[in-house]
Amino acid sequence: MPETLFRTMMIRGFGLLAVLMLFVVPVIGSRAMVQDLFGVLTLLVLALNWNLLAGFAGLVSVGQQAFVGLGAYTMFACVILLDVDPLWGILAGGAVAMIVAVPVAIFTFRLSGAYFAIATWVLAEIVRLVLAQWKALGGGTGTSLPKGTTKDMWGVQWLKDTLDVSSSAASDALTYWLALVLALGTLAAAYVFLRSKAGLGLQAIRDNVGAARSVGVDPTRLKAWIFLLTAAGTGVCGALLFIQITRVTPEAAFSVVDWKAFVIFITVIGGVGTLPGPIVGVIVFYILQRTLADYGTIYLIVLGLIGIAVMLFAHRGLWGLFADKTGIELLPLRHLPPRSAHSS
Amino acid sequence: MTILALKSVSKSFGALKVTNDVTLEVERGEALGIIGPNGAGKSTLFNLITGNLKPDAGTVEFDGRDVTRVTAMDRVRAGIGRSFQIPQPFTHLSVYENLLVAAQFGGNLHRSEAAHFCVDIIERTGLLQVIEEPAGGLPLLQRKRLELARAMATSPRLILLDEIAGGLTDAECGDLVRTIKGIHRHGTTIIWIEHVLHALTSVVDRLAVLNFGKMLMVGGVNAVMNSPEVKEIYLGIEV
Repeated sequence: MPETLFRTMMIRGFGLLAVLMLFVVPVIGSRAMVQDLFGVLTLLVLALNWNLLAGFAGLVSVGQQAFVGLGAYTMFACVILLDVDPLWGILAGGAVAMIVAVPVAIFTFRLSGAYFAIATWVLAEIVRLVLAQWKALGGGTGTSLPKGTTKDMWGVQWLKDTLDVSSSAASDALTYWLALVLALGTLAAAYVFLRSKAGLGLQAIRDNVGAARSVGVDPTRLKAWIFLLTAAGTGVCGALLFIQITRVTPEAAFSVVDWKAFVIFITVIGGVGTLPGPIVGVIVFYILQRTLADYGTIYLIVLGLIGIAVMLFAHRGLWGLFADKTGIELLPLRHLPPRSAHSS
Repeated sequence: MTILALKSVSKSFGALKVTNDVTLEVERGEALGIIGPNGAGKSTLFNLITGNLKPDAGTVEFDGRDVTRVTAMDRVRAGIGRSFQIPQPFTHLSVYENLLVAAQFGGNLHRSEAAHFCVDIIERTGLLQVIEEPAGGLPLLQRKRLELARAMATSPRLILLDEIAGGLTDAECGDLVRTIKGIHRHGTTIIWIEHVLHALTSVVDRLAVLNFGKMLMVGGVNAVMNSPEVKEIYLGIEV
């Protein structure tokens, strides 16, 4: 067995083991650990979605926090105004984010590059300001989930009895598992999509829109699809995040630092345009966060400096650097020619 | 039988008339060369044929159908392929993937059919050695070959080549000409814009001359090249 293949298999085996261990964390780990990892997993979902947009479709949006906020507010509206289970609110959050993404796409797709980026940010601010006027959900000061909402969520009582833990711990376990399934589902869906005809077309568009059009690829249609799908994924994640936080304010739901700067940092240091990049990025981010948490604003300065250094010296991020040096491809997206091509 | 017909096509950019009442017919299986000084409107004419630009006046017919308002993507699927003057590969994709995109989207082929079809074209265009290389790292000749190969992968009935021999050495140019002749022998109609006249005239049956957006003349290679007007305008020889 060639050494590269062996090492690839080793990393895949390690990854599988890590996933299995992640599944049992709520059973064997502390509640603080569950909450910490929930944060990591939701950031990973946001980074995977942003990577699909910026890294594979060339749509460098800096307004994705709009869909996090929309997901969160939709979930709160479902619970407070419609009195439905928050889990239905998660699905509604994804749907509303996707619906709102339609007019956003119609407007922003007329622009490109930096102009597109600025337009997405402006629209995110507009969505935030509009939702801050919604008095039924607390207006500018926000609101909390009604008491006992998370404890009455579907499945919480069963988990409480099965794991023999408090309602709060059971609720945390449920949202944690949902975040884990969402992260794995997003990763799997991204892999299958990028390996498909549409995924190949999307990568062609990223490399050269004019040339893609000249071989029959419809850039607007493909970009619109990926924009809508990532908006839905981001909205679902936003709703899930705020079930655990239990309180929503316009500042928190549309946080530029939490849902934009951190997400971009994670993707950039991990490797934009590589599928394992956000996974590596979120691990590095978590370690840095834990290490530098006591240093206040210095923490953000250090993050910024690391981001700049990676962009200067490793354009494809830490995973890209590692893959280039070792030849290891964890989730290969390359399409290989049929064997006959090698024997010709 | 006519495969492409331009009827009184005009296009202006502001006050500048880049294509001025151009009428041209190309027969199925023909190889037509287009020559003219820089800025004559040759590439604009290609963009009007491929649908990247819409004419201000006139019509474009392909295979007996008016395609003037048809999008560039649909024209590719209808059978109009093109290469660019400056190679525009999908830099992060391999040579094989560059063709796979074209065969699946432009050629409407299923993945399994497309795979063997692409390898066949890659073999015919001399790119087999670099089939898995990222297209962004290829030298000029191979980039030009890739332009040709990718256009071929859309299964075109009409292929438009834009200065594909530009910047190549004589030996490289000879190689490319052999490949283009091979494509032509397979029955593909070719329209070729080129400044490397010896390469162009070794392939094409007729020449069209553009000057200041107007079609100066269309005719046999010898008739055009010996025309005093063409010599003066294009070759800079005073007659």
